[in-house]
Amino acid sequence: MALVEIRFREMASKSWLNFLTFFCGSLFGYFICSQLFSIFLGEQGDTQPSILHNDPHARHSDDSGHGHLEGQMDFNADVSQHTDENTDVSKKLYQKVKILCWVMTGPQNLEKKAKHVKATWAQRCNKVLFMSSEENIDFPAVGLKTKEGRDQLYWKTIKAFQYVHDHYLDDADWFMKADDDTYVVLDNLRWLLSKHDPEKPIYFGRRFKPYVKQGYMSGGAGYVLSKEALKRFVDAFKTDKCTHSSSIEDLALGRCMEILNVEAGDSRDTTGKETFHPFVPEHHLIRGYLPKTFWYWNYNYYPPVEGPGCCSDLAVSFHYVDPTTMYELEYLIYHLRPYGYLYRYQPALPANIGKEISEAYKNEDQKVKLGNP
Amino acid sequence: MLHARRQGKMFSESSSFLKGMMLGSIFCALITMLGHIRIGHGNRMHHHEHHHLQPINKEDILKISKDERMELSKSFRVYCIILVKPKDVSLWAAVKETWTKHCDKAEFFSSENVKVFESINMETDDMWMMMRKAYEYAFDKYKEQYNWFFLARPTTFAIIENLKYFLFKKDQSRPFYLGHTIKSGDLEYVSMEGGIVLSIESMKRLNSLLSVPEKCPEQGGMIWKISEDKQLAVCLKYAGVFAENAEDSEGKYVFNTKSVGLYIKEAMNNQPQQVVEGCCSDMAVTFNGLTPNQMHVMMYGVYRLRAFGHIFNDALVFLPPNGSNND
Repeated sequence: MALVEIRFREMASKSWLNFLTFFCGSLFGYFICSQLFSIFLGEQGDTQPSILHNDPHARHSDDSGHGHLEGQMDFNADVSQHTDENTDVSKKLYQKVKILCWVMTGPQNLEKKAKHVKATWAQRCNKVLFMSSEENIDFPAVGLKTKEGRDQLYWKTIKAFQYVHDHYLDDADWFMKADDDTYVVLDNLRWLLSKHDPEKPIYFGRRFKPYVKQGYMSGGAGYVLSKEALKRFVDAFKTDKCTHSSSIEDLALGRCMEILNVEAGDSRDTTGKETFHPFVPEHHLIRGYLPKTFWYWNYNYYPPVEGPGCCSDLAVSFHYVDPTTMYELEYLIYHLRPYGYLYRYQPALPANIGKEISEAYKNEDQKVKLGNP
Repeated sequence: MLHARRQGKMFSESSSFLKGMMLGSIFCALITMLGHIRIGHGNRMHHHEHHHLQPINKEDILKISKDERMELSKSFRVYCIILVKPKDVSLWAAVKETWTKHCDKAEFFSSENVKVFESINMETDDMWMMMRKAYEYAFDKYKEQYNWFFLARPTTFAIIENLKYFLFKKDQSRPFYLGHTIKSGDLEYVSMEGGIVLSIESMKRLNSLLSVPEKCPEQGGMIWKISEDKQLAVCLKYAGVFAENAEDSEGKYVFNTKSVGLYIKEAMNNQPQQVVEGCCSDMAVTFNGLTPNQMHVMMYGVYRLRAFGHIFNDALVFLPPNGSNND
């Protein structure tokens, strides 16, 4: 009798165990199977289509073979996307308005920041130099033999301009200083400067009003000196007209410019909109982004504007631009565009630029005539 | 003897495990098959390759006379449907202020009435229901006046001029259903995130099916809910309308489901020497996932900010809309 009971219990526990294993097995089987199905039938989402051998639309490898832009401006580098593009005016201005750019950077920032400047807008300068406290042959960067740090900025600026003056004075008409987090639209800078004479003592940038009677230019937004202004600036330190030491680079330069009778120019476009910007587009375009108590509102020489009126269509610079935004701006300015769109702002070409340019530009005028009733 | 018994026990356990596995797999297979049959039912066509469309060739454009081109430019009438919910209110505001002004007409279809903005009340929270009702409304009211219908969420930024360029010379009497396509099993559908484009012919066919519950059920999916963009694809498939992926002449996607910044970041990782080239198309129509601020920045970046001296001899002309100060 006991034996049967034991036997019974044994069987019961056995079948219970069996059932458990069966259940686990079915869950396991279900799981494996659903995974297999989702792999074979799953989303083939946002990846680009794979190359099929007989597919006439097959994409070839992403290596377009376009060489890395070095030094010389290659206007035809990106041919296929720009077949509709006529760059005659841009090329003409490149020859007529020669700009040397120097970028204030440092050894720690060459790979972090300056690299992206080099990959984007710097190539459009007639000549570009990266100024660091120490030389770097590979990048390449000029060694100014200074220290690094905010308090060294003015000293670096003086040495940089000196270097440019000593080596490249005859290679350019205008000399632009920018930071490694400034984005500069060279085409628009040339348009601005084409109306002015580089032999005149004048400089342009985002004009601030405090401390200096004629105003001074914001360092971060970048500023550009005429050839004559550069000569006077470099000369000022030989003759002690200006002081060497200051912890505020842009203010010190502005004071010096005033002493030397270098005019602080008006860089606004023909509708009065600012072209040099001390911040990224978002900070200027969005009403209320910069709080009313922010220093900026009291510094601007001209009445400051927020919202769409803040910024010229032909903006020259933006500041505090991080690497991602550098490439974004490059894409928005030089690549993405609304096809067939007639821009509202249609500024005239400066009169003193040759007849050949005006001919090319007349095609643009046709569109204007079509558009305006 | 004990050893044999133990072995016997293990054998019976492993066999029951295996039996269980088999049953589980069969059960799972059944469910998946049933789910697919639901979706694929009625699809008598052979399996379609990945469909993609490209814009017209420039040489072909120049063959058309100037006057005809002007006429054609004006012949694109794009009606924009933006599906919004109360939580979208700040994006709604941004979108209203910016790119939708470039649609020939833009209307906002909301799940419920919102005090701040005018909208057409769909009286439902379900996205698929909202979409259906919006398409029905738009077709009923505007089938004579517009020939292309663009649907988007307020997270999307669209460049309507590039849409029109892409559609140029495409025969709208043919059923077009295009955007950024995704393949899910057998089904290729246009992702809502990149924006959905339908020609008037597709709208006609869609509207005739929306009243047929077997073909276009209001509650798609047997066990789990299917997203509204997939539901639309299923519905359109019955009418012989298939999704097509829009690409430029280099094969770059023209409708994008992410923001420019995200593509740039990806390109910085994957092809650091060619970041901008690897990013996005020059004639991109949409980007998605933008914040309200970014909408305003895009307006400036696309319609205003540019490099002087770069002139484009475009075959088509699209004038700026009246009453907008940020373009």
